Amino acid sequence: MDLRYTPEQEAFRKEARAWLEAHVPTEPLPSLDTAEGFEAHRQWEHELNAGGWAMVPWPVEYGGRGADLLEWLIFEEEYYRAGAPGRVNQNGIFLLGPTIMEYGTPEQKARYLPKMASSEEVWAQGWSEPNAGSDMAAIQATAALDGDDYVINGQKTWASRGAYADWLFGMFRTDPDSERHHGLTFILVPLDAKGVTVRPIEQLDGEAGFAEVFLDDVRVPVANRLGEPEQGWSVAMATAGFERGLMLRSPARFQNTARKLVGLYRETAATAERIDPCLRDEVARCWMDAEAYALNTYQTVSRLLAGGKIGAEASLNKIFWSELDMKMHETALRLLGARAELLPAAPAASGVGSWLDGFLFALSGPIYAGTNEVQRNIIAERILGLPRR
Amino acid sequence: MEFIFSEDQLLLQRTVREFLDRECTTEHLRSLWGTPTGRSPGFWAKFAEIGVPGLLVPEVHGGLGMDEVDFVLLLEEAGRAALPEPVIDTALVGASLIAASEDPDLCERWLPRVASGEAVVAVGHAVSPFVSDAHIAALLLMQHGDEVHGVDPNDARLTHQPSNDPSRRLFSVVWTPSDASCLARGPEGRALWAAALDRGALGCAAEQLGVADRLIEMAVAYACQRKQFGVAIGSFQAIKHRLADLYTAIELAKSNAYYGAWALEEGNDELPTAACGARISATEAFDLAGTEMIQMHGGVGFTWEYDCHLFYRRSKLLGLALGSASTWREKLVQRLEAAA
Repeated sequence: MDLRYTPEQEAFRKEARAWLEAHVPTEPLPSLDTAEGFEAHRQWEHELNAGGWAMVPWPVEYGGRGADLLEWLIFEEEYYRAGAPGRVNQNGIFLLGPTIMEYGTPEQKARYLPKMASSEEVWAQGWSEPNAGSDMAAIQATAALDGDDYVINGQKTWASRGAYADWLFGMFRTDPDSERHHGLTFILVPLDAKGVTVRPIEQLDGEAGFAEVFLDDVRVPVANRLGEPEQGWSVAMATAGFERGLMLRSPARFQNTARKLVGLYRETAATAERIDPCLRDEVARCWMDAEAYALNTYQTVSRLLAGGKIGAEASLNKIFWSELDMKMHETALRLLGARAELLPAAPAASGVGSWLDGFLFALSGPIYAGTNEVQRNIIAERILGLPRR
Repeated sequence: MEFIFSEDQLLLQRTVREFLDRECTTEHLRSLWGTPTGRSPGFWAKFAEIGVPGLLVPEVHGGLGMDEVDFVLLLEEAGRAALPEPVIDTALVGASLIAASEDPDLCERWLPRVASGEAVVAVGHAVSPFVSDAHIAALLLMQHGDEVHGVDPNDARLTHQPSNDPSRRLFSVVWTPSDASCLARGPEGRALWAAALDRGALGCAAEQLGVADRLIEMAVAYACQRKQFGVAIGSFQAIKHRLADLYTAIELAKSNAYYGAWALEEGNDELPTAACGARISATEAFDLAGTEMIQMHGGVGFTWEYDCHLFYRRSKLLGLALGSASTWREKLVQRLEAAA
């Protein structure tokens, strides 16, 4: 055990920091869940990719720099520290990308990964359906083999980034007689194909972060299948593992929020007549928990680098970060008190920041990437060995 | 950056677990409650055969010269077995205080005896009004302001303070500080005690997490075995989700504890903050584990005969000795404020 960074890792950090300092936009980009913001974020991704920073752990030929997972964590720390924009193509680079790396053919890797790294193609998720949410094995959308094509019919919903994305990945029932998680196939679908209708869904925060996607006789070549036919469930579990476990929400995001929370506490304490000691304790607890999550992630990554696999413990991470995120934002709101509700345009809004927006977004954390109730079942059944029924 | 235990460290952990499975069963613990010392004769000599008392003692003094990262998993095992012997005070805090004094006579006199299991050391921190196991100690390391004193138990008056945990043996110690007993003073003494307290807190955290591991195993086993409404109660989500939360809390607290052990080994300036994180999260994880475990066992969890209370009491009291979680949260806040 050695928790110091090597000189090479320190050098990598320095290089990432220098590049980000020189390139991160000084003004925040418009929300990526608006048409204008989506394009602005895509432009930023082009720039990141041109610098070779879009997805550092990927091999060079796919647009990465062949870094290991520790360097990826370091990059993430620097990325959040620099206040760089949100990753518009997170479904692609963090979730589908690693899955293609594991299950894709050489042709698929060459076809999809470079355009994913550059965000020339931005990806949406197509997991949920109206009758298949937490119970993902209840998927009903079908893909029927017809010559060299699959013909897809059905409806996907809560497709994150669906409103403006170029492609969608998801599972479809290719064996009409199959039940549950058997007979599902993982297929990549271009959203400009004939028969695709995308209907954006307005979120609780007023923006169109996700969408319903209707698929009517959509023809997709068999070459768009990822992994073997009827093996979609295993492929999807790998994606879900990346999502819950490591890639989607690296600790840096939460350490950065914790740092901002400590900053807000200091500002409030400097001007307030009296500050509730309970709030001070909550701030310290949030900071400590964000650090603990980072430590836990370094343990996971060290295990992976030593040849281990990420399994059901990914569920633990997902519960922890999503609930910590809510707690941090809730604590910030209590520090701000009545001013928390002010919009930036309000004359008295100085120092209020976007904590309320952050809080509202944090509400989605325990839902997306598999609800926390499902994650708790996974921990109880697969790690602790409690009976399914 | 490599946050993982080595094969050797895990092997040593297994060795200690097997040893304690033999030497420290709950039947044995119960059989010691009514004895005059409450301690197992010959335990330290056997413990020394597998090297634990002298793990941190330098090789020149007959120890293994290993470090706190090697030790932390063994402390978990001690907690898991609810071992009442003063492992933290003797092997983690005492041995290090003696070695850190850099007094050759003191080291020469005590460290080989600690390593061989011949001498047990008790530690009197200023934050605690009692000294555990002073009755079996060959040396008392006592805090007097910033001073570190080495006191012969024969020169002190010990008053037994019966504990609610029948395995614990607590004493008030009255003694007279003298130049002869003073081992360090001033800034040096202050630094030694600060490190000793962080060490003690980290040791308690590791033991608490060991207890918590044991408790979650007991709760899972019971939930799988106990049937109500025709099914194992562990199939109910009300049970599953609470055990999942418990598991999450324990795992995160372990990350804090291992980080604390590494900070101890390095002796770096991250130690005070790391010790706070370890102490607070372990105490809270345990509080959750203990309460849930008793609840999940239902009526039998509230009996004297069942072992639940034995583990519950131990860990609860470890979380109150050396300052409660609130005290350590206050320290953490101060450290964060000082870091501005």
